Amino acid sequence: MLSHPDLAKLIFGRLSLDSLPLHEPIVVYTFVAVAIGAIALLGAITYYKLWGYLWHEWFTSIDHKKIGIMYMILGFVMLLRGFSDAIMMRGQQAVSFGASHGYLPPEHYDQVFTAHGVIMIFFVAMPMVTGLMNFVMPLQIGARDVAFPFLNNFSFWMTVAGAMLVMCSLFIGEFARTGWLAYPPLSDIVSSPDAGVDYYIWALQIAGVGTLLSGINLLVTIVKMRAPGMTLMKMPVFTWTALCTNVLIVAAFPVLTAVLAMLALDRYAGTNFFTTELGGNAMMYVNLIWIWGHPEVYILILPAFGIFSEVTATFSRKPLFGYASMVYATVVITVLSYLVWLHHFFTMGSGASVNSFFGITTMIISIPTGAKIFNWLFTMYRGRVDFELPMMWTVAFMVTFVIGGMTGVLLAVPPADFSLHNSLFLIAHFHNVIIGGVLFGLFAGITYWFPKAFGFRLDPFWGKCSFWFWVSGFYFAFMPLYMLGLMGVTRRLSHFDDPSLRIWFLIAAFGAFLIALGIACNIIQFIVSFKNREALRDVTGDPWGGRTLEWSTSSPPPKYNFAFTPRIHDHDAWWMMKKYRWQRPLNGYLPIHMPHNTGAGFIMAALSFVFGFAMIWYMWLLAIVAFVALLLVAIGHTFNYDREYYIPADEVSRIEQSRTDLLASHV
Amino acid sequence: MSMKLLRGLLVSVVFLLAGCQTVLMAPSGDLAVQQRDLIITSTLLMLLIIVPVIVLTLFFAWHFRASNKKAHYDPEWDHSTILELLIWAAPLLIIIALGAITWVSTHKLDPYRQLERIAAQRPVPADVRPLQVNVVALDWKWLFIYPEQGIATVNELAAPVDRPIQFKITASTVMNSFFIPALAGQIYAMPGMETQLQAVINAPGEFQGFSANYSGHGFSGMRFLFHGVTEEGFAQWVAKAKAGGGDLNRDAYVKLAAPSEYDPVKYYATVEPGLYRAILTHCVDPENPSCMTRVDLSPHEASEGAAVSPPGQASGMAAMATHPHSD
Repeated sequence: MLSHPDLAKLIFGRLSLDSLPLHEPIVVYTFVAVAIGAIALLGAITYYKLWGYLWHEWFTSIDHKKIGIMYMILGFVMLLRGFSDAIMMRGQQAVSFGASHGYLPPEHYDQVFTAHGVIMIFFVAMPMVTGLMNFVMPLQIGARDVAFPFLNNFSFWMTVAGAMLVMCSLFIGEFARTGWLAYPPLSDIVSSPDAGVDYYIWALQIAGVGTLLSGINLLVTIVKMRAPGMTLMKMPVFTWTALCTNVLIVAAFPVLTAVLAMLALDRYAGTNFFTTELGGNAMMYVNLIWIWGHPEVYILILPAFGIFSEVTATFSRKPLFGYASMVYATVVITVLSYLVWLHHFFTMGSGASVNSFFGITTMIISIPTGAKIFNWLFTMYRGRVDFELPMMWTVAFMVTFVIGGMTGVLLAVPPADFSLHNSLFLIAHFHNVIIGGVLFGLFAGITYWFPKAFGFRLDPFWGKCSFWFWVSGFYFAFMPLYMLGLMGVTRRLSHFDDPSLRIWFLIAAFGAFLIALGIACNIIQFIVSFKNREALRDVTGDPWGGRTLEWSTSSPPPKYNFAFTPRIHDHDAWWMMKKYRWQRPLNGYLPIHMPHNTGAGFIMAALSFVFGFAMIWYMWLLAIVAFVALLLVAIGHTFNYDREYYIPADEVSRIEQSRTDLLASHV
Repeated sequence: MSMKLLRGLLVSVVFLLAGCQTVLMAPSGDLAVQQRDLIITSTLLMLLIIVPVIVLTLFFAWHFRASNKKAHYDPEWDHSTILELLIWAAPLLIIIALGAITWVSTHKLDPYRQLERIAAQRPVPADVRPLQVNVVALDWKWLFIYPEQGIATVNELAAPVDRPIQFKITASTVMNSFFIPALAGQIYAMPGMETQLQAVINAPGEFQGFSANYSGHGFSGMRFLFHGVTEEGFAQWVAKAKAGGGDLNRDAYVKLAAPSEYDPVKYYATVEPGLYRAILTHCVDPENPSCMTRVDLSPHEASEGAAVSPPGQASGMAAMATHPHSD
């Protein structure tokens, strides 16, 4: 017989009432606010009887367009969380001088900066990049869906499960206090015995499964499902960058999975891969995680480059300058991104030859990147540049990104890095490229493809407000950090002695405030655009005068994307079709083969979440149950033979006829 | 913009930065000075291409705006072999120059490399041997052991001006980074491993030192002052440590190594011989199963007393203590 404490331990593991951070007022208030918000949201959904709609039309959907949109929503929600962490850090660093230690004690502050990094990379940038690729790429290659539609839904929900674990750590237990890459020995069981690092490990492992599967999925889609005639060198540039990004995902994410698995074994099973004892070596962890981590940077930036390429060509009313060299530059960056990882730790004491090798390979990447910038530049040259919002983001990107590129190359010079490494200069640099590159790119992409996704454009006034707040906010927030880096201020400090630094932190905090206004304008923009959707309606399917195939179908596209699979003769396929007065076929429709929705992906991801949560808290019984259930659902799903259906020809005909009428009424 | 003007502009920016107490732009140690010069040279080199790109971006965006009907519009123009060669060649040339600078400077400024000069035009005198300092990053304070003087200090470091210093650096539990911006660049302090830094301070004064790698709860308080002093001043400082302090034996070390934050300066008059080696190899407690000398100690490493390592990359450390310096 089990005595009571043993029974409690079997069921609850190490989770107890003490694990709830009731002593942290900030967390308690946050929890109350989140709880009220959640109850209101769930109540509203119930009141308006939306559960069935959400479940049938969205949660179980295996339509790449809806999954893409759900990824974007996840990314935006997590951006709010990641940004509140940023505001807390800026607030703390602006007040924590001399006798004042600010309002965040180190144990809380250290969680905040760790969560900020993890959330922004894994649950904001990654979902948004994946979401855009998911939505846009199949449309660009003239496909009806991705190669493995069910896998796509499963990948999305696994990413959500990972994000939910990170959110849980806010209210149950704590998050890691290790920095976003959880270097051992700090992250080993001796230095971090609590559940924080375990939240980190399982959140990333579960989300990582989703990312890897989605990478395979999109890769296969691009390789196998291009419309006839679309050879590789006729693919739109965004699809090219998506191809390279997914190659990187498939090659890099298993390294992350392996290194986190080894860290988990060190923590759970007492192995000694990365411990200081018994022959373990933490340097191996640092090497391995950056062998994933550096390609990860390019996983994020390449699709952004793709977006800028599409946007610049469209709004300059000209084909992209140097299409071939753009493609080769992308491929070169893809390959080189594997040869530079050591530049993240020159200061570990590798020899001068090793350090200079990795320094120089890093600089070499700036050559194709520089060529890309020039290509965009010469796309504008002799163009008719329309300054719609996506183009404004692109110009802001070009100016901002080259500054970040310059400081990046500077950091790649090892002796310079010895002085600048881990300083706020480094922080300024990577925010310069991630905000100025990835985020500006995502905003350009969201504004550009929003009418395709929803059938109406985003309100330009609030978009421009958001643009100016974001761009000026960025400069106010991060230029002082370059300065502070030169003043020898290192990252992740929660307290400072020298009061003369304070003015720079105050300026940075002001910048963060401007960015907060930018985000508020984003939200207002969504609401205003939704309210004015009739005025902003896009009936043509081609609101910007686009060049690629996604603009040839309606906005939003029908379930099946294209009634007829298009035939491709050159890149900028839609531009060509318009130029040669292509006529939409109005009859001869055939039934269209489509996949059925399924809830299996959602259920499996939910079970993964339970499994991860159980592992974090040592609830071995629940972990076993959840894992077995996960396997059973997966096996059970293979017996589901009702996976596909046909949209009858007359329904296709009806949908296409209504578009014909719409187009005719707006000529 | 002419090169001369650009240079003048940059130099004035540097002076401005120096005025704002940007220690990296106005350091006091020869190594840090050379690193500063390298930062400036590299930045200038890159500005050669960055400035035109920014200017052209803004100019093209303005000139080719849709409302400017006077601008030449060529809706089919998307290729020019000469231009494409140029846009690959321009960054290539800059990177060739920068790559050459990188290769040379990385070797010349390798923190493990024995100093050849104290400052520009001032070679190290033949009879001067570097001051030995063993550095241990503890949770969350710095222990400095002076093997030749037989003293140890916590959170305070001193060295004579213009005398080369050889730091040997390790950590007790987690990774830190040993950084005195005015003196030289940083290097990681890692448990069970030893890194090195050879540097020299050229001006008397008090300089900030700290850990530049996040190491946990007490990280923000892991600061110390580095005093650049005259030879006499250094002798007085050593005498002060000898007069004021206790003994740093293994027991005292274990007590000291227990986690603590914002520790005041502390002196030890004596240090148990071989303590630094024992910390490095996890042998402070000889019964510790992960004590590395229990596993293996190669013959030439057994000569523990060797005060000075041979020049270059070799460092005296236990065979099992991983040597990160890999060339």
